[in-house]
Amino acid sequence: MGIEQKLANLGIVTTTLEKAVNWSRTRAMWPLLSGLACCAIEMMAAEASHYDMSRFGMELMRASPRQSDLLIVAGRVTRKMAPVIRRLYDQLPDPKWAIAMGDCASCGGVFNNYAIVQGVDEVIPVDVYIAGCPPRPEGLIHGILTLYEKVENERLTKWR
Amino acid sequence: MNNKLLKAIQTIEKRFGVEEHIFRDEYSLIVSPGDVVEICRLLRDGFGFDMLSSLTAVDYWPEGDPRFHVIYQLYSIENNINLRLRAPVSDDNPAIPTIEGIYPNANWHEREIWDMFGIKAEGHSDLRRILTPYDWEGHPLRKDYPLGYEEVQFTFNADEIDAKKPYVKE
Repeated sequence: MGIEQKLANLGIVTTTLEKAVNWSRTRAMWPLLSGLACCAIEMMAAEASHYDMSRFGMELMRASPRQSDLLIVAGRVTRKMAPVIRRLYDQLPDPKWAIAMGDCASCGGVFNNYAIVQGVDEVIPVDVYIAGCPPRPEGLIHGILTLYEKVENERLTKWR
Repeated sequence: MNNKLLKAIQTIEKRFGVEEHIFRDEYSLIVSPGDVVEICRLLRDGFGFDMLSSLTAVDYWPEGDPRFHVIYQLYSIENNINLRLRAPVSDDNPAIPTIEGIYPNANWHEREIWDMFGIKAEGHSDLRRILTPYDWEGHPLRKDYPLGYEEVQFTFNADEIDAKKPYVKE
């Protein structure tokens, strides 16, 4: 079915350390089970059987930040929620990534007022921004695949 | 009108001299803030209004005088009748007496009207903000509270705003 057929009887594969590590990171990247607003509904739809994010190694949403690699900020971040989001991000073990899902998390969206943080990138560093209000599940999946591309090209250290 | 409601309104009118408003079969009594505690106790113990379904406020700035109305929506589960009390509160150091001792759920409602309108509930056991962070300044549901606005980023001013925006590095 898979790798053993391609390799025939060689029983050995050569690759670089970076490729192997980054491959393993992307194929089991568990997001944190957290949603803030209507984008979370689309995130649930993307997780459920019809769109099935487990195809991309995301079958588990972990309810504890200590067991997750990815924070999907799904929804508008209020000024009261911002410290909580920052704390959740700080609790993720390294290496960690963050996706700003939807217009509100990316730039405040339609809520340009005193109560909403104008972009979650004022609180946590963001790797991928997904446009849409809310983005469709395909949009989220595209964002995640974009993140995979980014992670696959990451350098583990500064090689000489 | 429901007989029980009529009796309740008549008793209160006689004892406290309140003004009555009727709109589409909804009954409101304009009461003085000082009388609220006694009226609520009378309604709960004497007329079966055993539930405070809502406690909120309205800001009639700039025309309104007095500026605020605090609104108590009372309900009798047994008789299925509603009664609304409106207490006008002036802008100058606005305060109402707490009715926490009569309806315990008023605790959070009074915290909310303190948070959103800056109307103090005197005698309240735990008067902290409830919706906004504890260090928030101002009371957002007041009509003169600034809505807040940040310049929207378009292609022509993207770099300029990027330079000012407080992005976090890590």
